[in-house]
Amino acid sequence: MSAMPFGRADAPALFRYVLRLGDLSLVLGQRLGEWVGHAPALEEDLALANIALDLVGQARLLLTYAGEAEGLGRDEDDIAFLREQGQYLNAVLAEQPNGDFGHTIVRQVLIDAFQLELYERMTASTDERLAAIAAKSVKEVRYHLRYSGNWLVRLGDGTPESHARVQSALDTLWPYTVELFAEDELDRTMADAGVAPRLSEVHAAWVRRIDEILAEATLTRPNDRAHSWHGKRGQHSEHLGYILAEMQHLQRTYPEARW
Amino acid sequence: MNLARDHRRADVDRRLSLAWAALASVEDPEIPAVSIVDLGLIRGVDPLPDGTLEVGLSPTYVGCPATEVIRHSVAEALRDAGVGQFVVTTVLSPPWSSDWITAEGRRKLKNYGIVPPEKSAPSMREVLRNSRPVACPRCQSTETECVSEFGSTPCKALHRCRACLEPFEYFKCI
Repeated sequence: MSAMPFGRADAPALFRYVLRLGDLSLVLGQRLGEWVGHAPALEEDLALANIALDLVGQARLLLTYAGEAEGLGRDEDDIAFLREQGQYLNAVLAEQPNGDFGHTIVRQVLIDAFQLELYERMTASTDERLAAIAAKSVKEVRYHLRYSGNWLVRLGDGTPESHARVQSALDTLWPYTVELFAEDELDRTMADAGVAPRLSEVHAAWVRRIDEILAEATLTRPNDRAHSWHGKRGQHSEHLGYILAEMQHLQRTYPEARW
Repeated sequence: MNLARDHRRADVDRRLSLAWAALASVEDPEIPAVSIVDLGLIRGVDPLPDGTLEVGLSPTYVGCPATEVIRHSVAEALRDAGVGQFVVTTVLSPPWSSDWITAEGRRKLKNYGIVPPEKSAPSMREVLRNSRPVACPRCQSTETECVSEFGSTPCKALHRCRACLEPFEYFKCI
C-alpha cells in the first residue's frame, strides 16, 4: 500500500466528507444573503450579512481543500458553481427557506450550535488542514451563536405572538436536525480515522447546549422523528435547486467569467 | 568559507529588517489607523533554504474581503522595499486572536475612536449574558449599550454611550 497523501483518510472519502461541511456553510450563507436589504432593522441586516460572509469564508477554505483531495484540479469556484443539485452534500436543514425572522433565527441557532460542537472537537483532528480550518471557524461560530441565541431568548421569552412564531418554527425545523447526527458509513470512516469526531458525541453536546438556550427562551423541544431526507447523500428537498439557480446563473451564463 | 557564511547571514538579516519595516507600513484598508503588524496578522518572516523569505499572513475573519487587499498590499510593499525573493503564505493555525493586537495597536485603535478588544475569551454563559460593559472612548462612561453585535466590518461591533449619546465601534473579541 502506498502512503495516503491526506493523513489517515483516503482521498475520495475525504473529498465527500469535506463537501458535506463546506456545502452546509455555503448553502446556509447563500440563504442568509437573501435577507440583505430585507431584514427587520438595519442592525439585523448587518448581522445576517456578516454571518453569511463568515460562512462563505468557511466554505471557500473547505471547498478548496475538497478540490485538492479530489485531485482533478477543480478550485473552490468550480466546485461551488459548476456542480448539480445531486452533487451537493449539505444536510437539508441548511436549504430550508428563511420564513420570517424568527424562523431564520431558529434555523441559525440549530446550525450554529451544531457547527460549534463539531468544530470544537475537530480542532483535534488527525487531518491537520481540517484541524486548522475548524480552529479558525469555531471562533466565528461562537460569535454567531451568541447573536442567534440571544435573539431566540428575546423572541421565545417575548410577546405571546413572538413566542408562538418561534415555537412553530422550532416544530417545523426540528425534524431536519435528525439528519445532522444520523451517522452513516462515511461519518464512521472519518471518525475511525480520527479525522472527524463521533457524531454521537457531537449530538449529546448539542442537545445540552440547545436545551440550555430553549429553557431560557421558554420554548419546548420537540421529539425526534424518523426522517426521510438525505442531503448528505445528495438527495435534497425541492428548495436547493432554486438556491443553486440563483447562485450559479452568472457562472453558467458566462463560463469562466472573472472580475 | 566562514567569511562567506557571515556575509550570507548579514544579507539575510538585512533583508529581514527591510521586510519587517515594509510590513509595518502596510495599513489595514478598513482601519487605516493601524498596521497589519500592530493587528498581529503577520505570523512570521522566515528565510527558506533557497533564500526565499516566507511571510506568514493570517486572516482576521475567514470571509473578510480586506484579506485579499492586504495580500496585494503586502506583496507590493515587499517588492518596493527590495527584499528579494519572497512568498506570502496564509497561516490558519493557530487561528488569529484579537489578543494578539499589540499594545501599540490598541493605543492607535483607541485614538482612532475604536475601543480595542478586551483580553481573555468569555465563557458561553457570559457570551449569552452579554458580559461586561465597554467604556465609551469619548467620555469614558461605562453606561453604554451594544446596538449591534455586527458593525461596518467583520471585526467590529456597534455600541452607543448613554451618557454622551455618541455611537462608537468596538473591536470584537475573538
